[in-house]
Amino acid sequence: MDEAVIEAKNLHKSYGGTQALIGLDLSIQRGEIFALLGPNGAGKTTTIALLTGQLAPDSGSANVLGSNPWNASPHHRAQVGVVAQAGAPFDALQVGEVLDHFATFYPEPRSVTETLELVGLSDKRHARVKTLSGGQQRRLDVALGIIGSPKVLFLDEPTTGFDPEARRAFWDLIHTLKATGTTIVLTTHYLDEVEALADRVGVLLAGELAHLATPAELTARCATQTVVRWHEPSGIKTVTTATPTALVSELSHQFGGEVPGLTISRPSLEDVYLSLVNSTEPELAGSLA
Amino acid sequence: MTATSLQWRPPIVALGFARGSIELRQFFRTRESVAFTILLPTLMLGLFGAIIEYDVIANVPFAQYFTPSMLAAGVFAASFQNLAIQIPMERDRGVHNRLAITPLHPMSYVLGKILLVLVISAFSIVIFLAVATFGYGVELPTKASSWFTASWVLILGVAACTMCGIAFSALPRTGRSAPAMVTPFALTLQIISGVFVPVDDLPAWLQQIGALFPLKWMCQGLRAAFLPENAASIEPAGSWELGRVAIVLGLWLLIGSFLAARALKWRATNSK
Repeated sequence: MDEAVIEAKNLHKSYGGTQALIGLDLSIQRGEIFALLGPNGAGKTTTIALLTGQLAPDSGSANVLGSNPWNASPHHRAQVGVVAQAGAPFDALQVGEVLDHFATFYPEPRSVTETLELVGLSDKRHARVKTLSGGQQRRLDVALGIIGSPKVLFLDEPTTGFDPEARRAFWDLIHTLKATGTTIVLTTHYLDEVEALADRVGVLLAGELAHLATPAELTARCATQTVVRWHEPSGIKTVTTATPTALVSELSHQFGGEVPGLTISRPSLEDVYLSLVNSTEPELAGSLA
Repeated sequence: MTATSLQWRPPIVALGFARGSIELRQFFRTRESVAFTILLPTLMLGLFGAIIEYDVIANVPFAQYFTPSMLAAGVFAASFQNLAIQIPMERDRGVHNRLAITPLHPMSYVLGKILLVLVISAFSIVIFLAVATFGYGVELPTKASSWFTASWVLILGVAACTMCGIAFSALPRTGRSAPAMVTPFALTLQIISGVFVPVDDLPAWLQQIGALFPLKWMCQGLRAAFLPENAASIEPAGSWELGRVAIVLGLWLLIGSFLAARALKWRATNSK
């Protein structure tokens, strides 16, 4: 059943002298939720823009649902939903009017009522867009992305400005869409989002795909170190070790039983991510270790 | 992967009407644009009518003489000025990017703009003529042939200015700079096209520059419809030159359409 619906081969893109993307290779399967993680300026938005045909690559090739996104047909665009970072600028219109209008662009649109329900804007149908809060406008962007019942959905930082409740509701929406077979690519800064949603995660650093794994693999791969912390008479002591059990056993012996204030923690995905971003050459550091 | 024979195509004309309807809703909900775009010629008439009172030539009072040129300036504002300012602003606000990632054909967007301009122009013309007739004693044409002339000049003029407005929209680099570029250009063009003063009173070199652009010919064509025959004597050529009016406006329609097709790039190839 494995079938790649999104494929990027050696994609390069630069703006002026800045290389935004350096030889990106990527293959995403039908029905997969793929998360792109990385600091600002790492190339996440550029990747989305290239895969949705908003930009043309300098070299390399992209293929989405069998078409080159840059010169794709309207037929292709009808099957791809995009939630870009910039919001929908339709201040003077009502939420329902904007959705009614966009629904006319697609051959098999989702009903406006259902779309509003999915994004949690049912009670805002007759509200002017300019009266919506930032998070509600973002939900309208998501609604515009799914109104055409896309087979592939791209979301660029979709939950920016969401309160925690709206974020949970959005996660439910993504799971609902996945259940109907939609392939989803999203960029995010939130690691809990990656853990809650993604089947696989790609970490982009300075325009290159530094890691590609499942969220659990990524944590395991980089989490060979454990942090042990306890109280010494002189203050709190922290040691990072690959052999925590041996260390604790030694400490226990030293203190004659209980170690005061002992905590042992595995790094979270967040710690792993921050260590990846902070180390300048993560792959090199890994291979030398 | 996808069977080409089953390719769905968006209905360009139907979606053009959908675009036009949404454009109009947005337009009429923005009070400033309604006031300044639709009522511009009426406001100009009110202003000039209040300060100037003389006959331009025998039996042709000021208001009557300038009614055709203010009508032309009105549809020029509704078409050229409106689009040349609005399109760069929409581009900046991300409207184009948002539409470009949908199946919508760019031609539907253009059709929507044309419908918007047609409806605004119609409102502008009707309100202006009503105020001119009842408020300033302007006499409307009585002959069918004059109405025919007014109609084709207006239709051809609006078409040419619409296309030129879309073409011009490529020049302002940001939405914010659009009014600063378009307004002085439009004002200058109005002066050298004889909207405010009879063309004959302008220096010859200014007349020649004005004659290169469509607005002068729209004014002249409409004067032919609204003024008595003897008023043609103060036209630069001493006649209405309707043939030349048609040729110049037709040429600008072609040039404008050609440039508009190149100007309207949905997707920025050089920006992030």
